[in-house]
Amino acid sequence: MDWLAEFPSLGKRDLRDLKKGIDGSFREWSRSNGDAIEAFFDPLYFFLVWLEKLLIATPWPIILIIVAGLAYLGSRSWKLALGSVVSFMLIGYFGMWKDMMATISLISVSTLICIAVGIPIGILMSRYDRVQSAITPILDLMQTIPIFVYLLPVVMLLGIGRVPGLIAVCVYAIPPIIRLTNLGIRLVDKEILEAADAFGSSYRQKLFSVQIPLALPNIFAGVNQTIMMALAMVVIASMIGVKGLGMPVLQAVQNQYLTLGLMNGLAIVALAIIFDRVSQRYGQRLQAHRYGKEHE
Amino acid sequence: MSKTKLKIENLYKIFGPRGKSFIDPVKNGMSKQELLDNHSHVLGLNNINLDIPEQRIQVIMGLSGSGKSTLIRHINRLIEPTAGAITVDDEDILSMSQLQLREFRRKKTSMVFQKFALLPHKTVAQNVAYGLTIQGEQESIAKEKSHKWIESVGLSGFEERYPAQLSGGMQQRVGLARALATDAPILLMDEAFSALDPLIRTDMQNILLELQKDLHKTIIFITHDLDEALRIGDNIAILRDGKIIQKGDPQQIIMKPADDYISDFIKDINRGKVIEVKSIMQKGSSKGTSLDSSCSLEDALKVLNNEKNNECSVVDDNGKRIGKVTLDAAIGALFREKASRNKEKYK
Ligand SMILES: Nc1ncnc2c1ncn2[C@@H]1O[C@H](COP(=O)(O)OP(=O)(O)OP(=O)(O)O)[C@@H](O)[C@H]1O
Ligand SMILES: [Mg+2]
Repeated sequence: MDWLAEFPSLGKRDLRDLKKGIDGSFREWSRSNGDAIEAFFDPLYFFLVWLEKLLIATPWPIILIIVAGLAYLGSRSWKLALGSVVSFMLIGYFGMWKDMMATISLISVSTLICIAVGIPIGILMSRYDRVQSAITPILDLMQTIPIFVYLLPVVMLLGIGRVPGLIAVCVYAIPPIIRLTNLGIRLVDKEILEAADAFGSSYRQKLFSVQIPLALPNIFAGVNQTIMMALAMVVIASMIGVKGLGMPVLQAVQNQYLTLGLMNGLAIVALAIIFDRVSQRYGQRLQAHRYGKEHE
Repeated sequence: MSKTKLKIENLYKIFGPRGKSFIDPVKNGMSKQELLDNHSHVLGLNNINLDIPEQRIQVIMGLSGSGKSTLIRHINRLIEPTAGAITVDDEDILSMSQLQLREFRRKKTSMVFQKFALLPHKTVAQNVAYGLTIQGEQESIAKEKSHKWIESVGLSGFEERYPAQLSGGMQQRVGLARALATDAPILLMDEAFSALDPLIRTDMQNILLELQKDLHKTIIFITHDLDEALRIGDNIAILRDGKIIQKGDPQQIIMKPADDYISDFIKDINRGKVIEVKSIMQKGSSKGTSLDSSCSLEDALKVLNNEKNNECSVVDDNGKRIGKVTLDAAIGALFREKASRNKEKYK
């Protein structure tokens, strides 16, 4: 009855050969195609570096003014704008200004990529049920697979640095915006769509003048979540060589520098709170018309 | 009778994935219940035949679930029929391509919805101009036209408001203005006033009737409210379980209900106000006072009662004598006739 006690499995040697075989062929494939793939992502790299340099080179008072302005425009709240500026000043005062700029540029670029890729995918999903049922499991996979498992092939392909970090962040952060774009469009009132049809709208007219505007609050909730998830990836991204606030946290963990870890960790939290509140307020204002408030 | 604008012939709609395969059983008499119980398909429309005259108001009436919305949505093909034919101005709607259909919806029909279906993120002016914007109309022209229609439904000054800032009655005025703005000759109204309070509903009916005097549109008006149907309709068709069980002008329906279902429907109306003298007119002439043929029973009774021999003559719109009425006939008409007494005439 031995065969009952032990699960029937591939022999140890067979298993090792199988793994070796796959690893070997992937390595070979990445060696021969790595350059081409890297070249493909070059524009991204240059953009990221350019933005980071720009942010660091810009005099800090100007950055503070821009931060205050954006926070106010987004939220229409003086308190939030003031709070943002004070947080930035504190972070800078404790010597984390440059790292913060690097993190902000990473978050901005990855959010932009997620929006540019995610919204069209979400729209396609809302239009075709088949696309929805094909993509939903992929999104589930992206959200549940341990990050390190997909980090590995990315690193094997592109090595260590900003671009693989950026890709890892995007893979992790893009699902909410895709899901919420799809959901938002599907939730648009059927009667309103029927009205648009009854007046002879084309699909495009319906999409751009009815569906997307009415789905915007949901789409924006997706953007908000995407930003939050990107921020959550900052420390992990630093493991594959992305500069920013995550790097010192990683060092702190490795060397037990309590204060260093705490300071940078708090800086990340502060950024998260600012991004979250401002984008949430903005999203709320997008649906003001639903409650009959004056619109700006 | 004016010219037929819209012709619906042998129209069937069976909801469900295999609707087409049940056409023959339904034609051979399978009932709605049977179809639902045994095959889980819903019989939406069952052999509808209707000629809708140009420039008149055709009311379609029926209880909830009788297929009113399904029927009206076939006219602009928001719903595709399972079998049958629909022609507008002798043009076959069902053979139109998507592009032709879009053009048809833009130019020939417009629609008013029960729950208004306004675009919440657009202002009143933008909502009214929606149909024109979609057609690619110049902004200045669209603005001018929508302004004119906003004025004609009495909403001047509200152009820059958002729908959520308006009351239900005002929102439906926007809905009406939006539908009128495209100058489409056919106006489809699916329980357009049903969501409104009684007083406001009467207001809206007045606005519609007033506008119709100048516009002469072909209006298909759906309601489940008999008073509204009698007030608005030039013609009425009554639907039950997807079938038309009676069609005719309001007087015909009140005086000669086709079956008990309809007599039940009309049992609570104020017959004195609704029935007109022409419905109870007899042949012959009388020396009594002249009554207009569209005079209501209520008014006629007063005059008849004061006449010496309780008779009046009836004249048409041009003042020509066309018959007489008697007090007995007027009193008789006040009491509801049982449908069964007329049944043999219809069966
Ligand atoms: N998409 C659909 N799928 C299946 N059945 C449907 C569909 N649309 C309507 N029906 C059925 O068809 C019948 C007629 O519905 P319809 O909406 O036309 O009724 P109605 O007369 O407009 O009722 P109401 O007064 O409630 O609006 C109902 O039995 C309804 O359940
Ligand atoms: Mg309905």
